Amino acid sequence: MSVIGRSVPRLEDPPLLRGEGAFAADISFPRQLHMRVVRAEMAHARLLAVDVSAALALPGVVAVWTGEDVATIPPIPFRATKLKGLEPYCQPILARGRVRYVGEPVAVVFAENAALAEDAADLVVADLEELPALLDAAAPPRDFDATHATEPAILRKSYGDVEAGFAAAHAVLDLDLSIGRHSGVPLETRGAIARYDAASDTLELHGTAKKQHWNRDEIARLLGRSPTSVHLFEGHVGGGFGVRGELYPEDLLVCLAALRLRRPVKWIEDRREHLVATNHSRQQRHRLRAAVDAEGRLIAIDNVFFHDQGAYVRTHGARVADMSAGLLLGPYAVPAYRATGHFRLTNKTPAATYRAPGRYEGTFVRERLMDAIAARLGLDRVEVRRRNFVPVSAMPFTRPLDALGTDVVLDSGDYALLLDKALARFGWEARQADIARRRAAGESVGLGLGFFVEKSGLGPSDGVRMSVDPTGVVELVTGAASVGQGVETALAQIAADALGVDYRCVRVVRGQTNRIEFGSGAHASRVTVMSGSATHLAGLALRDLALGTAATLLQAPKESLTIVDGMVCRADGPALPIGEVARALAAGTKLSRERAVPGLTTEGWFHSDHMTYPYGVHLAQVALDRMTGAVAVEHYLVAYDVGRAVNPKLVEGQIIGGFAQGLGGALFEEFRYDERGQPLSTTLADYLMPTIAEMPPLDVLVTEDAPSPLNPLGVKGAGEGGTNAVGAAIASAIDDALGNKGLVTRLPVTPREVLRLLGEIEA
Amino acid sequence: MSDVLHRVRMTVNARAATIAVEARRTLAEALREDLGLTGTHLGCEHGVCGACTVLMDGAPVRACLVLAVQAEGAAIRTVEGLAAPDGTLHPLQQAFADHHALQCGYCTPGFLMLAMAMLEENPAMEEAEMVERLSSNLCRCTGYAGILAAVRSVMRR
Amino acid sequence: MKAPPFEWHRPATLAEAVASLAAVAPQDGRVLAGGQSLLPAMALRVARPPHLVDINGIAELGELRVEDNALRIGALVRHAAFHRPVAHGPLGALMAGVVRHIAHWPIRTRGSFGGSLCHADPASEWPLVAVVLGATMQAVSLRGDRLIDGPAFLRGPLETALAPDEILRAVTLPLLPADAHWGFEEVARRAGDFAQAMALVVLRMDAIGRVAEARIGIGGVEAVPRRLAAVEALVNGRLPSATLVEEAGRAAAAACDPMEDAPYRRALVRAVVSRALASAAMPQALAA
Repeated sequence: MSVIGRSVPRLEDPPLLRGEGAFAADISFPRQLHMRVVRAEMAHARLLAVDVSAALALPGVVAVWTGEDVATIPPIPFRATKLKGLEPYCQPILARGRVRYVGEPVAVVFAENAALAEDAADLVVADLEELPALLDAAAPPRDFDATHATEPAILRKSYGDVEAGFAAAHAVLDLDLSIGRHSGVPLETRGAIARYDAASDTLELHGTAKKQHWNRDEIARLLGRSPTSVHLFEGHVGGGFGVRGELYPEDLLVCLAALRLRRPVKWIEDRREHLVATNHSRQQRHRLRAAVDAEGRLIAIDNVFFHDQGAYVRTHGARVADMSAGLLLGPYAVPAYRATGHFRLTNKTPAATYRAPGRYEGTFVRERLMDAIAARLGLDRVEVRRRNFVPVSAMPFTRPLDALGTDVVLDSGDYALLLDKALARFGWEARQADIARRRAAGESVGLGLGFFVEKSGLGPSDGVRMSVDPTGVVELVTGAASVGQGVETALAQIAADALGVDYRCVRVVRGQTNRIEFGSGAHASRVTVMSGSATHLAGLALRDLALGTAATLLQAPKESLTIVDGMVCRADGPALPIGEVARALAAGTKLSRERAVPGLTTEGWFHSDHMTYPYGVHLAQVALDRMTGAVAVEHYLVAYDVGRAVNPKLVEGQIIGGFAQGLGGALFEEFRYDERGQPLSTTLADYLMPTIAEMPPLDVLVTEDAPSPLNPLGVKGAGEGGTNAVGAAIASAIDDALGNKGLVTRLPVTPREVLRLLGEIEA
Repeated sequence: MSDVLHRVRMTVNARAATIAVEARRTLAEALREDLGLTGTHLGCEHGVCGACTVLMDGAPVRACLVLAVQAEGAAIRTVEGLAAPDGTLHPLQQAFADHHALQCGYCTPGFLMLAMAMLEENPAMEEAEMVERLSSNLCRCTGYAGILAAVRSVMRR
Repeated sequence: MKAPPFEWHRPATLAEAVASLAAVAPQDGRVLAGGQSLLPAMALRVARPPHLVDINGIAELGELRVEDNALRIGALVRHAAFHRPVAHGPLGALMAGVVRHIAHWPIRTRGSFGGSLCHADPASEWPLVAVVLGATMQAVSLRGDRLIDGPAFLRGPLETALAPDEILRAVTLPLLPADAHWGFEEVARRAGDFAQAMALVVLRMDAIGRVAEARIGIGGVEAVPRRLAAVEALVNGRLPSATLVEEAGRAAAAACDPMEDAPYRRALVRAVVSRALASAAMPQALAA
């Protein structure tokens, strides 16, 4: 029985359970210095001068740098969605001339211990002349600097005749919808520890995540070094969610300091810093117009939106706005579409991706529209969605759009089937009846849904190296990374399945640039698809090599052999441990001379031009407290088709955890600012992440009805479907409880907003 | 005045420990930096997330909101003290593995210590009470379902 | 997020503590009790006391006993001590009910009753209890002891009647008569968060079921918790009913003067007062 598809225990757990993890803050080196960042306290100001004299005078302080000291270092570059004209908006590693958000690094202090560094940082005085803060991306753009405005780009994507669609419409819907600013906020803050080894002329960076190889190349380039003289290491990673592992100013600052000061330099972000320094996400306002026919079928959509990028454009370039334009349509067939994305800067923390980026936003917008169509035409909300689905007969479905630099081709999916399964599992009809009874008794209760299409498996290529050592242990070296989602276990399962060994014999090495030259890290739900497929291919190749070698050793036909549980065997004959096969291929052996490379080792590469598109539906039942505005989520279902689940328990874990984050964005979490741009959500008592007490009864339905034709395993990514439609489904259910009038137009839906919508309080 | 070091004697996981720390050093920092017990994690350093939860004289505390000097004479228990000396997981740790109660593992030590305190106070805790107690700590990966299942499974033993 | 440096004083007796505080109070020295509010404020560097007088080693501040028909609570009694009733009758049950709303368990094992009163956060629960139940605070300094009643003690947000050199020694709460009924209701965004509004209602009924004496207080809304005399007057002498509950809620909303976002907070006051009153007056009706 294949180990793929089984909920085997995670390989990652034992050290984490014993407190033996190696997270960034757990890493220390002798003689290390501690870095503390001095951050801007105004949202927008001229930076006239920075006085570091008092800080430098504090005993134990080794150095203090301002923008002048790092003026030769280029700003943080893009790795994604590099639209023309974005370069002037890149973030310098320390501010010069102007500060543009509260939290922007203006100086760094290096001291003998962390508390002392913080004491010294308090003594650094930035002379700021306040400028008006721009806080609304939908407001007219202003000056970014002397020559650039705060609208670096307008994204345009379209196909079909949109104007003709509106001219022919039976009805036109016009919606104004907003998504609040929130983000990943992992439990571990960021950290970076750099060390320069003069003996080998190597710069090491520890505490890294997500994109080690790209970051290595860029760090090397920005610091004027060869990439082979820079190594990035990944230990344990306390959650990623899109925000961790991007190249941030602090990463470069510790590297530069390690080179200049010739001592290891450690930086651990504190939580208040994290909430103003690490990428925010999601804030977007959509003015959506849609044309429909008399049956509620979409004819055309005009999607004008304002993306609040914050103060600078970071590594992701315009990726979230790009996806908000390119992936908005989800599961529906729409004859004509036009997106106009105003990509705008404001005086807030820079924004980038967060789990289901552009889709959490887009699904909220699109599904609000579907509810609005149903209400306008007096149709059933479920039926409107059904009528607009891309049918299974149209798969693969090419949409004349692109996103993430690749054409949008929906690879497989039976949306109507999943919707039917989900409605049945949820008990939609019975709940409708129950809701009607409760409403008659005066309660404000409602049901909601949000259908969505995710994307995963971003190419173009991924490679792994797989080897068996003489003890029979398999080493799988991958350029993928782990942010805690169970990468090692899933890849070990795939490797074990292909090769024929126990998955517990597979050691997965990830996130170490000195072990493999190429890697794409862990992002965009790509690891299982891309690294998994590469692992599968490597495993098959290794199996073939092992069988061929064993055939020689056992003097048996290769076809008569198989590998089971690490033993090469034939039905009635002797068995040979796979480690013995490896020994026979070791360097210097006779057999090894017949091969280009000695050892039972191989590389596996997988290439893909298109993404795979998992899909799902969220169903919610809510009750509103008419006196307090509290929203009680009484029942919730996430149904998600992942093509094929490598480890169902891990898939379920991804969905449940992703749901909790989506719930945060729907009801609780928001980075708020006052009118001068001062952040108001700077502690975990103000930034409201759900606790277990906020979690509703949650049901998960994972289906495997539409394996991807694009990879040998048929898998699709599972990481983001739990998050994607939570805002949409909760909004839909609240709106239903309010009478389906389209009142819910903004996330998060706060109790105060519910009271206002109930008419209990004034705006 | 930051130069003044205070000697603190305590027992940590049943072993005597003596450290010399500044008054401002928190118990969490002392465990991590002075005793090398980095299993106790810091997630917020202002008492909200619960990642640093340890047991102090049997009671769960936020180790970021206790000064190391205040632990003089106290018995501290941390995640490193849960497994048997040969590494065998405590039934609670095993339950966390069995129920997929962790992903990134950063909040795990805090949840384990919180749950240990729950078990020791009342090994037959009602579900609602479990939820109330577990709401003390934040997890950003699991959505809590596995954590609750793990604690529930141990409660039933 | 490391606290600024400070000098730590660890008196072993109350007398030593009083002397120690007298010495450092002129330099903004402060008392460290449970530390669950002060230490995070210091970590965030919004509080920077150069001296802390740590009273955690003073045994007498941990006293908790009933005497003279009152519950005497040493200033350092931890919140968690109230998880189980500490006194027979309604008072113990009331405090066991209220304490579940205070932050979270690991905070409650450390944070103290007296510390909460001295911190005087308008969104904290114990100050409301002190005001509604008629607590008396016993403060001590080199000048001797003095008694301060609840409303006089709480002067404003994070502001009390204690002088910089005074230490809260104990709080006395009169026991509630056996026939007192109580209800507590709180609205917070998440489990354990600070209250956006809360209400505590204590009732005594007469022989035919009318409210003989109502005490109705709100917290989390105004600068300090307070009893709402107008609402108490409305309720006194009436038979509990859904109408009365509704009227009381509306009256409370009208009577309060929120520090911020008045429409919203008034709506919450209406909710918590009517619900606390309902749960005090007619627990069966509420359950139905």
